[in-house]
Amino acid sequence: MAVTIQSLRFRITKRFGAKTVLRDFALEVRGRQFVTFLGPSGCGKSTALNILAGLIPATDGDVWIDGERIDHLPPEKRGFGMVFQNYALFPHMTVFGNIAFGLQLQRRPAAEIRERVRGMLELVQLPAFEDRYPGQLSGGQQQRIAIARALVLQPRLMLLDEPLSNLDAKLRIEMRAEIKRLHTNLGLTSIYVTHDQTEALSLSDWVVVMRDGVLMQAGTPQEIHDQPRNLFVADFMGFRNFFPVQVASVHPDGSVEAAGNGMRIRGRTRHALVPGAAAVAAIRPDDVVVGQQAAGSNSFRGKVEIVEYLGRGNEVILALETGARLWVHTPERVTPGESVTAVFPPEKVILLPPEGAGGAA
Amino acid sequence: MRRTRAGEPSELDLMATACLVPSLLYVLVMFVYPFLYGIYMSLRPAKVAGFSLANYLTFFGDEWQYRTVWITFNIAVPNTVVVVSVALLLAYGMRRGIWLERTVTTILVLPISLGVILLAEGIIGFYGARGWFNQLLLGLGLLNEPLVLTHNYIGVMLSLFMQQFPFCFLMLLGYISGIDPSIENSARTLGAGPWTVFYKVMLPLMAPGIAIAFALVFVMSFGVFPSAILLGQPAGATRTIAIAAYQQAFESYDMSYASAIAVIMGVFQMAGLVIIVLLRRRMVMAATMGVGKR
Repeated sequence: MAVTIQSLRFRITKRFGAKTVLRDFALEVRGRQFVTFLGPSGCGKSTALNILAGLIPATDGDVWIDGERIDHLPPEKRGFGMVFQNYALFPHMTVFGNIAFGLQLQRRPAAEIRERVRGMLELVQLPAFEDRYPGQLSGGQQQRIAIARALVLQPRLMLLDEPLSNLDAKLRIEMRAEIKRLHTNLGLTSIYVTHDQTEALSLSDWVVVMRDGVLMQAGTPQEIHDQPRNLFVADFMGFRNFFPVQVASVHPDGSVEAAGNGMRIRGRTRHALVPGAAAVAAIRPDDVVVGQQAAGSNSFRGKVEIVEYLGRGNEVILALETGARLWVHTPERVTPGESVTAVFPPEKVILLPPEGAGGAA
Repeated sequence: MRRTRAGEPSELDLMATACLVPSLLYVLVMFVYPFLYGIYMSLRPAKVAGFSLANYLTFFGDEWQYRTVWITFNIAVPNTVVVVSVALLLAYGMRRGIWLERTVTTILVLPISLGVILLAEGIIGFYGARGWFNQLLLGLGLLNEPLVLTHNYIGVMLSLFMQQFPFCFLMLLGYISGIDPSIENSARTLGAGPWTVFYKVMLPLMAPGIAIAFALVFVMSFGVFPSAILLGQPAGATRTIAIAAYQQAFESYDMSYASAIAVIMGVFQMAGLVIIVLLRRRMVMAATMGVGKR
């Protein structure tokens, strides 16, 4: 399958009545990339995918593939493959009929169709399922067939709309690996829509975080995970603890000292913060270290309020002496009422501009 | 779960049986008994002693009577085709919702709330020789003499269409909008244009709903009675089989002959239903053909 695109470039605005669901959403996707649109429900990620597929018209903007403008083309002329959340198999056709559908519309010879459908069924590891109807398959099998149905046409771009969200947790992890394997082995270019940050991080070369139809940050999974650019992305990527502070000093290496609400916090930043500016210090529950030592640099005393046992550790809520609440994941066994020290490793603390200040990328 | 504990019948079973009784009684009293009694009566002609097929032989020996079968089919079949086709087109167009959908649906469905009589009066008033419709066309100079749209075949067709369209449309709209839109979307992304989507994907999925619509509209049209009298020529061109049965029962007071005509009517309705079911199978097969395996 060497027919994938070189590049996809688009800039889209979409309004439904008075509501703007995509505001100048622009991106360039390179060939063989795996790009994820990540965001909470209602952020416009699925609308964007449907506009790329041609299933919904954009209010304004353009879509280009390898220098050819395609946003006026109907979906059947775009040569994209699409996989839907609810599989969307044709219930009145067998598995063979479903996968052969697109090839038959192209009037391929019967022998070629048979060969390609069988090849696809082997690729998705369901070789003996030709004569079954979709109703006789499990959710995971149906989604494999749906993927095969799209792939058999050798699409130049694959669009996947939350393909795993109807599957149970175990199957989801399995299918995630399967999708990644197909993408890599077949040299596809894929755009994947999800609200699940784990899916986005594990699958993608490039993650696009969206909120209310606006691109909040785009970058590699590592960048999105380690250096969220604003509070929204930080919150979405699991920074649970936020402390409003005022910047005290900034060093050229990006380390920052800040203070607020009785806490002196050291961390790092990628933003142009200046001493005296308002900022927010953020740390993930997993990065907080819980111990018994006395409070020192970047560490804070607090009382354990709630402990939830999660198997591999505990989710703990601490009431800090400063009055703030702190969410912590720790393997330490602590009991409610106990006094402990929470240490913030400075390299794990990020300082962000407050909400509304230079948010969007 | 038939029993909760050994030997003890579950309450659910009793409840379920008890709940079935009223509907069972209803079917027995309102349908099965009158139906069987009708057949029995039709086989006991007034002039002959004992059981006899005399009524049926008379009916099919009398051109004035047996031509009502043709007349009725001639009304019911075109009317069913027109009603279902128009309703299907509109419902298909509205399956994803349209602008002012509620208003449009209300207007389309309004005739259901009016009785047949009021509807008939309205049609006569509007489409009659001195109705607005003709007056307008005459006034515009498009016509030299009024079109005859009532008290004939066209009048009956107009009336049946208005009575049956709303419910057929509502039924099909409910059926079609229940089909997952992503099925259609996936067909589009696989290379099918709107017509191919309709023919190869949506039509087979809609077939059961269309068949039910055909069946119901056909049966209702076949029993046409008030419209045929009020807007047709009950003594001639629109003397349907229901009118024939009515005349035997309440003008000639021959209940036995009337029952026989009613049974004949039932048999033709049944035959229509069988043909619809067979056509439905055919339709699904045709649409799936070339997409299936060989």
